[in-house]
Amino acid sequence: MFRNQYDTDVTTWSPAGRLFQVEYAMEAVKQGSAAIGIRSKSHVILASVNKANSELSSHQKKIFKVDDHIGLAIAGLTADGRVLSRYLRSECINYKFVYESPLPVGRLVVQLADKAQVCTQRSWKRPYGVGLLVAGLDESGAHLYYNCPSGNYFEYQAFAIGSRSQAAKTYLERKFETFTNSTRDELIKDALFAIKETLQGEKLTSSICTVAVVGINEPFHIIDQKTIQPLIDSLEIKEEGGEPNTTLQDDTSPEAAPMDI
Amino acid sequence: MNSFASKEGPGTIQIDSERTLYPYVTGTSVVAIKYKDGILMAADMGGSYGSTLRYKSVERIKPIGKHSLLGASGEISDFQEILRNLDELILYDNMWDDGNSLGPKEVYNYLNRMMYNRRNKFDPLWNSLILGGVKNGEKYLGTVSMIGVHYMDNHVATGFGNHLARPILRDEWREDLTFEEGVKLLEKCMLVLLYRDRSAINKFQVAKITEEGVTVSEPYSLKTFWGFSAFQNPTKGAEGSW
Repeated sequence: MFRNQYDTDVTTWSPAGRLFQVEYAMEAVKQGSAAIGIRSKSHVILASVNKANSELSSHQKKIFKVDDHIGLAIAGLTADGRVLSRYLRSECINYKFVYESPLPVGRLVVQLADKAQVCTQRSWKRPYGVGLLVAGLDESGAHLYYNCPSGNYFEYQAFAIGSRSQAAKTYLERKFETFTNSTRDELIKDALFAIKETLQGEKLTSSICTVAVVGINEPFHIIDQKTIQPLIDSLEIKEEGGEPNTTLQDDTSPEAAPMDI
Repeated sequence: MNSFASKEGPGTIQIDSERTLYPYVTGTSVVAIKYKDGILMAADMGGSYGSTLRYKSVERIKPIGKHSLLGASGEISDFQEILRNLDELILYDNMWDDGNSLGPKEVYNYLNRMMYNRRNKFDPLWNSLILGGVKNGEKYLGTVSMIGVHYMDNHVATGFGNHLARPILRDEWREDLTFEEGVKLLEKCMLVLLYRDRSAINKFQVAKITEEGVTVSEPYSLKTFWGFSAFQNPTKGAEGSW
């Protein structure tokens, strides 16, 4: 994207009908480190890549528990993500206090989306610079939603956000039809593999990724590093054991490319 | 709306704190039990104005949404206010149109919060409520009082029902009552209340809620018997009394 005369504030439309500030906010999401969500009939898995500023510091927290039945992963401005998590936790607990019942995920994401929309229509505000993958369970089943800074939200079977997420999305697109009936452990392995794809060469260890799960009769929680490492190891073994390399093949077509002289 | 400050201005009337002090038109007991398929609830149709039995067709049991029944004793106007409130609640819930719906547990807790919050403002809704319902096969039956005391049980009652009906229910209630047995048991309770509660009238409604839905019966009366021999000469044992 290039600078233009319509991108100074969020309350200015471009002649093409775009709000550039909102689009720039979505760019911020693409700069954050990757986060992935996968859903089956009974479980939802969230996984994220942990970036640390330096070897001396701790990792950025990217996965937040919102309630026993809802959790989220963020990509983008983590401060915005933290503030929104606090809002969501507040909404959930207020609902629980009044109704003694968990807030349905679908309603929570709408409230979140409406909150984000407000920031796209006030001259004294800026859009939130964070994308949220909201995973949760309610009466109508397991859900995975993506909320973006524009105030839109979509439900997904599987999704990836953040930097180099396209590699993960390619993998997920191949396998998404199987996810509905996957078991919990299969989902975790798929999430880890998708995370691996975003690392593109870097070694995947349990210290640079976080995996969280929520399911029927399983409250949202982050899976212990000790449990994750063996799963990562089993992935590697499977790969080395001759699984065909399914990355891009060289173009071996005999025809010459057409030349337009 | 609700303030404890007395308002005073040049030549204006002094308003004291505005809060509910006493009820005016009241309903008497409601009794409810869990039975095999759901909940049965019974109440008479009387609205008393002090000691006068002024209104005789007051419906004190109403369905709430798809899954619940609400019965109330106490101030009738406050009951109507609660119904208006719950109507709005259910409406907004339906507007989501997302496969989720407020079940009896949620309505019960909402009522509890409402009653307790009003009590804290010293402006109670002067009712004792019974909330019953069935959702996804699970039966709920609970009661909330005007001060926010609430509990759930297999059989509940309000007002005089607690003193006259619950002992009968403690003895005779069973988990697997059929509809007919349940109605008979409730009628036994209502009959005792009719004999002994002076605000009770002989005109009842019995309501049923199951997974399939709600049915509120047409008003009907119970047969009473007054031909006891002791009533022939009531002062026989106590000369001089009347």
